[in-house]
This record gives sequence, structure tokens and C-alpha cells, in this order.
Amino acid sequence: MTPPAHSLLKSDDRTRRRRASEARFRACGLAAIGIAALALAVLLTSVLANGAGAFRQTYIKLQIPLPEASLDKAGQRDPAAMAKVSTFGYAALLHAALLDRIAALQIETELADQDVAAMISKEAAATLRDHVLANPHLIGGMAAMDVLAAGRIDGYFKGRVTLKSAAMDGNTSPQALQLARKLADADVIETRFNWRFLTAPDASDQRPEAAGLGVAMLGSLYMMLVVLALALPVGVAASIYLEEFAPRSRISDLIEVNISNLAAVPSIVFGILGLAVFINFAGMRQSSPLVGGLVLTLMTLPTIIISTRAALKSVPPSIRDAALALGASRMQAVFHHVLPLAAPGILTGTILGLAQALGETAPLLLIGMVAFVRDYPVAYSDTAGLFGDAATALPVQVFNWTQRADPGFAERASGAIITLLVFLAVMNTAAILLRRRFERRW
Amino acid sequence: MIRNLDMAPSLPALVIGLAVLASFAAQMRARAASGGDLRNLASLPGPHGANAFLSVLVPAIASYAALSLVRLIGDRQGVELLSAHSVPVAVLVVAALGCGGAISVSTARFRARAAFEWWIKSLLIAAAAVAVLTTLGIVLSMLFEAVQFFQQYHWRDFFLSSKWSPNFRGNSALGILPLLWGTLYISFIALLLAVPVGLFAAIYLSEYAGRRMRNVAKPLIEILAGIPTIVYGLFALTTIGPVLRDYFAQPLGLGDSASSVMTAGLVMGIMLIPFVSSLSDDAINAVPQAMRDGSYALGATRSETIRQVVIPAALPGIMGAALLAASRAIGETMIVVLGAGAAARLSLNPLEAMTTITVKIVSQLTGDTDFASPETLVAFALGLTLFVFTLGLNVLALMIVRKYRERYE
Repeated sequence: MTPPAHSLLKSDDRTRRRRASEARFRACGLAAIGIAALALAVLLTSVLANGAGAFRQTYIKLQIPLPEASLDKAGQRDPAAMAKVSTFGYAALLHAALLDRIAALQIETELADQDVAAMISKEAAATLRDHVLANPHLIGGMAAMDVLAAGRIDGYFKGRVTLKSAAMDGNTSPQALQLARKLADADVIETRFNWRFLTAPDASDQRPEAAGLGVAMLGSLYMMLVVLALALPVGVAASIYLEEFAPRSRISDLIEVNISNLAAVPSIVFGILGLAVFINFAGMRQSSPLVGGLVLTLMTLPTIIISTRAALKSVPPSIRDAALALGASRMQAVFHHVLPLAAPGILTGTILGLAQALGETAPLLLIGMVAFVRDYPVAYSDTAGLFGDAATALPVQVFNWTQRADPGFAERASGAIITLLVFLAVMNTAAILLRRRFERRW
Repeated sequence: MIRNLDMAPSLPALVIGLAVLASFAAQMRARAASGGDLRNLASLPGPHGANAFLSVLVPAIASYAALSLVRLIGDRQGVELLSAHSVPVAVLVVAALGCGGAISVSTARFRARAAFEWWIKSLLIAAAAVAVLTTLGIVLSMLFEAVQFFQQYHWRDFFLSSKWSPNFRGNSALGILPLLWGTLYISFIALLLAVPVGLFAAIYLSEYAGRRMRNVAKPLIEILAGIPTIVYGLFALTTIGPVLRDYFAQPLGLGDSASSVMTAGLVMGIMLIPFVSSLSDDAINAVPQAMRDGSYALGATRSETIRQVVIPAALPGIMGAALLAASRAIGETMIVVLGAGAAARLSLNPLEAMTTITVKIVSQLTGDTDFASPETLVAFALGLTLFVFTLGLNVLALMIVRKYRERYE
């Protein structure tokens, strides 16, 4: 007996082809997820690897003599007279202190004195001056201070600068790095956690080691306050009207289409709006957190409205009916019963909207928040009004640092990104936890 | 508006004081009208007070906003339509009228709850109108400045010239074509990556993956969506750009710039993957299970069902997703600012630096700007073009998705 031409136990060519194509298709799907996961992994590792260094900083521990003769000739401790001594005067003291220290440790170096002095950050003299002006009683004695090391020395201890790259670098030399290594062995140079990165203001082009996120974080905080104070009430009010009161008409259709389109308008267009309306037309101050907050409010409003409407929609109509049956007006039914039940959903949507606003950069570039700001902005001042003081924002600070030449700033930019991502992660986790905790199925 | 505030710091205090006063007076009048028995009142004293409070506050704020706007418009035209003192005076008059009116209507028959809720409802409508006003503000502000631009610069030179070389001493060539080319080229590469990857990810997650796989992979992809664009921009600048330059552009002799169309396009593609995948996921899940079952019953394999039944049925939704992704790509700014370069160029080589509309909006509007020169005003014409472009894509996408929904519900 010949075997049957088509056996169910033996697959023929066509079945095999179909199975192979099935497997290929499935592999494609898996590959797509793999690509997405790989992209995420590469993105996060590259940011972490580039930015982790920003959270550590190299300091030189020095005992600095503060002779009265050079800092306060009159000896009156008069602040005005003492302020006349510029940072140059203090820089000389720092340099002398470092040279003394090297001599005391009997470390041999071929470096010229000025090259040794260049190992100290240019920022250090200003820090010392502020410290002495704030504590005039130190004059005549010694000040023990940990001063910032220059950017290249700092980079050496983080692996960014090597002996090889230093040989081709005009700002440092292999000898300086070797000296730094000996000083580190003698416990004069130390690399430790960098609080200054989170608190200090931005620094100028030549001193990446001193740059910090203080002003940017404060600016972002002010803007988030403005967004929260405006976008939440306006967004919730608009959603309540659209969801609970608006009659089905042309006008409410128009508003609805409008909101879904606004949600998809490129963010930079909101920046143009802010520049044209708030700054050029209304005459508000450039670079102020108030204008930034207003622009971000308009941008986040559609997000908040969409999630609030979803939250209101999920409250079952029986709640409204029960309230109405007991004699409540429609307004009372909504404000006393529907809104409290929808509150967790609204809160979650608001947090997500704030997170989106916190990471937004493009519109802020146009309203002048890229300016170099070294003074901490105050929330209210008589001249600038509420939130009118010039500030920057976290994501804009990142952009700002990517435009600088010194490689030290690249590390700072990635460090700022890590900070930003930590904030976003916290906000998103809070939103997820809130949703889990309060989610109610009717 | 802010400038007027510091001029009259006591105005808000006066208006609020008046509102509180009106509120108490109205409540007392209502109580007096009840003759000691609150059941004689159409509304309780509380709503009487609340109505009086809002009758003072809402008209006062509205008139202040309207008058400030008139003053600002006058300022911009260089004429004083209203004197600085007339605004607070007018606001106070409005507040006083509201106060008097509210107190005088607080009688026993007055339905204060309905009146109070009328005020609240008008506030809700005002909030809903903010969205419309925003759109109006966007269109008007850009239109206004763009018209000024086209008065100085011929529209034909803007839309049809292939040369972009702004020069702040004047005599610049401001043709949009090289920018448009860069924008579309980068978006095209981004979609070439994002649409297949996003679509296949959505197919796998909704048709193949088990519950555990879905629980891990879905949030993972959503993390990509939550990352701000500046992070992607930095990623393009510090990682993807140098890699492409060192391993592709230079060995192949195609260029030696880290910022290129390819850099920006690939990174933008990564950014759009979650966007495409979540929208396609919705479209695929909306296909009725019965259609799949029918296909399986006829002996089709899973992939055949997906290719020949599910995808065709979900196609409008997927097309909508692709169009929305395209609109996002065209309007994206930070990735191209950091990854694409600043040179306006019409070239086919994807490893060369090119620039986009959004990059040029940023570069023309930051730094020293002179709002009378075409070099600055061109940014508004670019912005308007961008807005019209993305709006068109969004409306098209919404139309396609809506049409499709009608078919299955």
C-alpha cells in the first residue's frame, strides 16, 4: 500500500512554508520590542555613564593664611574697605597656600609656579573672598577650606582626562596630573559627593567645575507653581463645563475639536505665542518664571482637560441621579458628589501634566529663559512682581550647557538630565501609586 | 496687565472688601425678609451671600481684564485710549453697582441659589473659553507678525526660493524650501523607523504576548514616551551622532559631521515608537474578536489572520497613528536643534547636516532680535507654516480615525 499523498502526520511543503512565515512574523514582533527595549537601555546607560561624574567633585584641602596686611590694611574691619580687595588678591593667597603645602609635603615637581596655581579653580578665589567678607574675624589667622580643583584636574579623577589627552591639551599637562595624583595620595586632594551641583548657580564658560543647578531648579519650581495654580483650576472648570453642562451644540463641538487640536500643536508654537502675546504685547518681563509658567499652562491645559474629563466620565450617572432626587441642583450634584469621586483621577492627570511641563524646553528658549543667570530668583520683588525675576529652568540649563565648549559642561548636562529624570520618575511613580490606591471600579 | 497692578496695589483689597461687605449685607437682608422663619425664603441666606459675593467679584475682574486689554491695545498703537486712573475707578464703579444690585434683589422671593449657580456656570464657560482663546491667540499673533513679514519680503521669494542665508545687515535670502526639505527628510527617516517598529510592537503585544510579557514590555515602551525631548536631543548629540560619524559617515566618505539628518531622524524615530505603538494598539484592539475567530475557523494561521484580516480592518487607525506621528516629527524641536545641525542645505545625503523649520525658528528668535527686521519676523512666517502643516495632518488623522470608528460601533 502506498502512503497517502497528504498525511496529517507529515507536513507538506505548503504547510512548512506557512509555518515558517508564521515564525518569521512572530520574530519580527519580538524584534520590534527588542529594538524599543534596547533603545531605552542604551539611552539610559549613555546618560548615566556621561552624567554620573557631575555628582562627584574634586576638592583641594588647604590651610590659607589670611594676613591683615593684604586683606584689611586699615585694620578697621570695615566691610566697604575690605570689599576693595578683589578676587586677585585672594587668588594669590590660595596659590601661595598650595605651593606651601606642596613644599611641606616635599613633593618634587617640574611645574612652574603658575601652572601649579592653575590647578585651583578660578571660582575658588571668589568663594574664599565671600567667606572672608562674611567672617571678618578670620583675618589675621588661618582659614581651613576645601577649594574647588580646576576642571581638568577634576576630570582626571573621574577618568574624563587622561595623561594622554592632557599632553595635547593647552589647559593642563601630564605633569600637573601626576602632581595631582601625588597630592591625592597625600590626602590633600579628595573627590567626594557634589552638593554644590544641586545648589550652586550656573558658572561662566571657563569654570565648568563650579556650575550648578540651583537657579535652574528654583526657576523650574516657580514655573511648576504657576502651572499648578492656573492649569488645575482652569482645566478642571473647563472639563466640568464640557462634561456636565455643555449642551450638544455647534459651539461645544468647536471647543472640543479645538482642545484635541491644541494637544497636538507643536510646543514651539506655544513659545511663539508667549513671545508675541505675553512679552511683546502685554509687556511682561523676559526670562521670568511667570511668563514661562503661563506658556506651560496653556500647553498643559489640554492634557489636564482630557484626563479630567475621563475621570468625570467614569463616575456613574446613578450618583448624579441620587443627588438630584434628593433636591440638589445640578451644580450641587457635581461639586458635592461627582467632583470628590473624580478627584484621584484628576490628581493623577495633573501630575502627569506637570511632569510633561517640567521636561519641556523649546517654548522656554523663545521667551528668553536661556539667559545666563547667576542670582537666585526671588518669588516676589517690588520691581519685578510675582515670579518676575529672571531665571532658567532645568531642561533649558541642559541645552545651555550643551552649547558650551569645555567638555566639563557635557558631563554637567548629562548630570542635569539625571536630576530631571529623577524628578520625572518620582512624579510618575506618585501618579501610578495614586491611581492604584484610589482606583475604584463601579 | 502686571504693570497696572503695582500702580494700584489697594484695588484688589478694595474689591474683595466690597464683595465681603455685599455678602454680609445680602444675607442680613434675606434673614430680615424671612421674618425669623427661614422657610419663608425661596433660597437660604447662604446662597444670597454667595450670589452677592460673586456679583461684585466677577464683573469687577471681567471689567478690569477688558479695560486693561483696551489700554494695552492703545499702548501698542501709541495712543492713550484710557488714562491710567480711569481703570481702577471704572472697576470700582462696576463693583459698587454689583454690590448695590445684589443687595437690593435679596428679597424673600429671590431664587438666590439659581443666581449664584449662574455666576459659577459663567466662570466654568470662561474657563472652557481659554482653550479657544489660546488657539485664537496663536493664530492671530502669528498672522499679525507674518503679515508684517510679507510686507517686507515677497511671499514668492519665501515659499519658492531654495536659498536660506539670513544676514542681520539686511539683504538676506529667506527661502523656506531647504528648511522644508530638511524637516521632511528627517521626519521621513523617523517614520521609517518608528512606524514598522511601533506597529510590530503593538501587534506582538496585543496578539502574541502573554500577560507577563505584556506587563513588562508595555510599561517599558511607555517609559520612552515619558522621557523629555531634551534628553533625546542630548542622546543624539553625545552618543548617536559621534557613532554614526565614526563608523558610517567617515569610513564611507559621506561626510564628517556628527549632526546629520540620520542622527536626528533615528533618535526622533525612537521617540515616536511608543506613540505609534500605543495608537496602533488601540486600533488593533478595536477590531472585533469575531473577525479573528472567523479567520481562524477558515484555517488561517495567526500571522495570516493578522495580515489579511486584523491589519486591513485596523488600517484607518494605523494610518491615523502614522499621520499623528508625522505631525509630531515635523513640530519636534529639541532633537533637531541638538542633532540635525544648522546648515540649510538641499541634499540627498542623509549623513550630512541639514536644518529644519523649528531649528530656524529658535535661531531667529533667540539672542538679539529686532522685531522690525524681516530676519526676525520670518520666524513667525515659519511658525505659521508649521502650524498650518501640523494642523492639517492632525485634522486629517482625526477624520480618518473617526470615519473608521463609525464602521465598527
